[in-house]
Amino acid sequence: MKSKTTGVLSALLAVVTATGTSACAAGKTETAGSAGGCDTSKGTLVVGVIAPMSGKLSAIGLGIRNSVQLAVDQANAACAVKGYQLAMDAQDDEANPDKGAAAAQRFADDPNVVGVVGSYNSGVARAIQPKIAAAKLLLISPGNTDPVLSRGADFATAPKRQYGNYFRVVGTDDLQGPFNARYMVQKEGKKKLAIITDGKAVGESSATEFAKEAERLGAQIVIREKVNENDSDFSSVLTKVKTLNPEAIFVGSEYHVAGPLSKQARDLGLNVPVSGTDGLFDPQFIALGGKDGDVATSVGAPIDKLDSGKAFVDAYKKKGFSDGYGGFGAFAFDAANVIVASAGKVTASGGWSGGLEQRAELIRQVQEYRTDSGANGTIGFDQYGDSVNKMFTVYKVTSGAWKDVLSDQFEAK
Amino acid sequence: MSTLAQQIVNGLVLGALIGLIALGYTMLYGIVQLINFAHGEVFMVGAFGAHFVSLRLLPADTPWYTALPVMCVTAVAVSVAVAVAVERLAYRPLRGAHKLAPLITALGVSILLQEVVRVFYPGATAPLAFPRAFPDGHLVLGPVTVLWTGVLALAVAPLLAAALHLYVERSRLGRAMRATAQDPETARLMGIDPDRVILATFVLGAALAGVGAVLYGIHYTQIDTAIGFQNGIFAFTAAVLGGIGSIRGAMLGALSIGLVKSLAGQYAWGGAQYDYVWVFALLILVLMFRPQGFLGRPERVRA
Repeated sequence: MKSKTTGVLSALLAVVTATGTSACAAGKTETAGSAGGCDTSKGTLVVGVIAPMSGKLSAIGLGIRNSVQLAVDQANAACAVKGYQLAMDAQDDEANPDKGAAAAQRFADDPNVVGVVGSYNSGVARAIQPKIAAAKLLLISPGNTDPVLSRGADFATAPKRQYGNYFRVVGTDDLQGPFNARYMVQKEGKKKLAIITDGKAVGESSATEFAKEAERLGAQIVIREKVNENDSDFSSVLTKVKTLNPEAIFVGSEYHVAGPLSKQARDLGLNVPVSGTDGLFDPQFIALGGKDGDVATSVGAPIDKLDSGKAFVDAYKKKGFSDGYGGFGAFAFDAANVIVASAGKVTASGGWSGGLEQRAELIRQVQEYRTDSGANGTIGFDQYGDSVNKMFTVYKVTSGAWKDVLSDQFEAK
Repeated sequence: MSTLAQQIVNGLVLGALIGLIALGYTMLYGIVQLINFAHGEVFMVGAFGAHFVSLRLLPADTPWYTALPVMCVTAVAVSVAVAVAVERLAYRPLRGAHKLAPLITALGVSILLQEVVRVFYPGATAPLAFPRAFPDGHLVLGPVTVLWTGVLALAVAPLLAAALHLYVERSRLGRAMRATAQDPETARLMGIDPDRVILATFVLGAALAGVGAVLYGIHYTQIDTAIGFQNGIFAFTAAVLGGIGSIRGAMLGALSIGLVKSLAGQYAWGGAQYDYVWVFALLILVLMFRPQGFLGRPERVRA
């Protein structure tokens, strides 16, 4: 109900924040000086973050914020952007599209912001994209998995780039959903599957792609149900699902729904594995009721299998953040590094004015960016702004902790 | 058949838990005509109080039969303290003001309490796992399985509602409450202090919400700062459905809501995604033909 009534509200909010922040920007003085021996005489450049740092997804959002902070600190220590000090400005979107759009508008109006790492939620990204398109503000998402965001509603048949300034470092649901289905059907041998979603865009799209691939492989989707994201009682829908004797339940949601749902299913005598996408891949899933045998697929390879990933984990731990890096910290770290490296190239031949021309040049640099030593391995973008890295990993709850089972490059069939 | 029985039990458990919150709504409305939207948050802070005492103060190996009473007492104490503070600081200054003023204040208090817990309770920015202070496992009755925590809720909630009903009907304070509900001016002339009665009503409602919070926590094993709002809306709906002002009505309304939600998810068109629709469709239907609710009395409210 909320999302339908918010159009007008968000427009109002945007106007208010736009007028409010332009006043702020005018009053801001650039602090020049040197930090850690680097030349920072030209002032401060800001890397924005838009993530859910409070609310049910805060474990993910705080990991994103801290990881960007780490990337920014490392860049400052290494004088990555000559003449400039880098700073992070993190805005909490509470997984709410209105709040995300307002924060994005603020960043777009601030010439000191070079780029933004965010959002985590695909629904929030949908609200942000149109707000910052005209300002050509660079946006790199560490967590959006809805394919529509980059390739449009006809992503499967007639993909078309939606926004030139939008990039992401994670694989999409049209790959992850089928990847999950292949594992559940071919490796686990589950032929009768139930689907429960929470109605959010990301849950729906991953469930739809999961169902298509599972059916192609000869499995049967016995039921597809939707629950309210704020519910804590799933006994009714699970009782209904139980009558159809599924061998596994695919949950298109995140850990705060899937964890309790897994527990309540077992309590009702429906002792089958729950499977889901990256939203489940968090230690909180197990704390809230996830059980041994439950499965989550996630983007990228297990972080401790790569030297560059290990380096990230070590550096993160050394910083002593009070929260873990979560399921998406490594992606946020990579995204921030793309921004830093590209900004370094753009400003090498002059200063940063924040004008449209320069923002467009920054986007061109990001498009050409490529490395094999990101925390998640290969980082780079295709013609739609999607990640070229199609690596996914299956994780399974084993003795009360997530354990990686297999990693593979996804190829469409 | 077995599915039907299971769904009925699912619905009754949910209904019983909502009912404990609904009692607070209905009593307060009966006596001061105040829709206390912050009552859901009184329930929520109780849950966090119990969470705190169990994880921070009790030794980890405390057996459940010790932990559960301690958690209940703490939850009740926290809920009552917050409810009394809210009454003194927010509602009492508005006594005699236009009816809308306390209503808007209630909404403000509701948001305030949610934010205060979210910001200051460690870890409350995300859902928290609630301690398991009751035996795991379930009761199996033929085709029906109920968690022991569900059985507890089913036993305790109607019992507390009945006790409250008796108290309001029989005790001295109960009589004062009914008198104040009927005619505050005359009650005052008879030597009843309305402020005292109203405070007592807040205390009773909060105590029930505190118990409900612990039952809720051990049953769903997860709490967050939004549980008060979500369940408060259902509880308010239950109170209206049952006839606001009526104690038996509130419990009846809550059980009906639980049943409709769980049965509609199973049998009605649209499945689980439309269960809320059927709950509120029932409310609208009842209000169309019986505006005073199941057990309410038209134009006259009583506690």
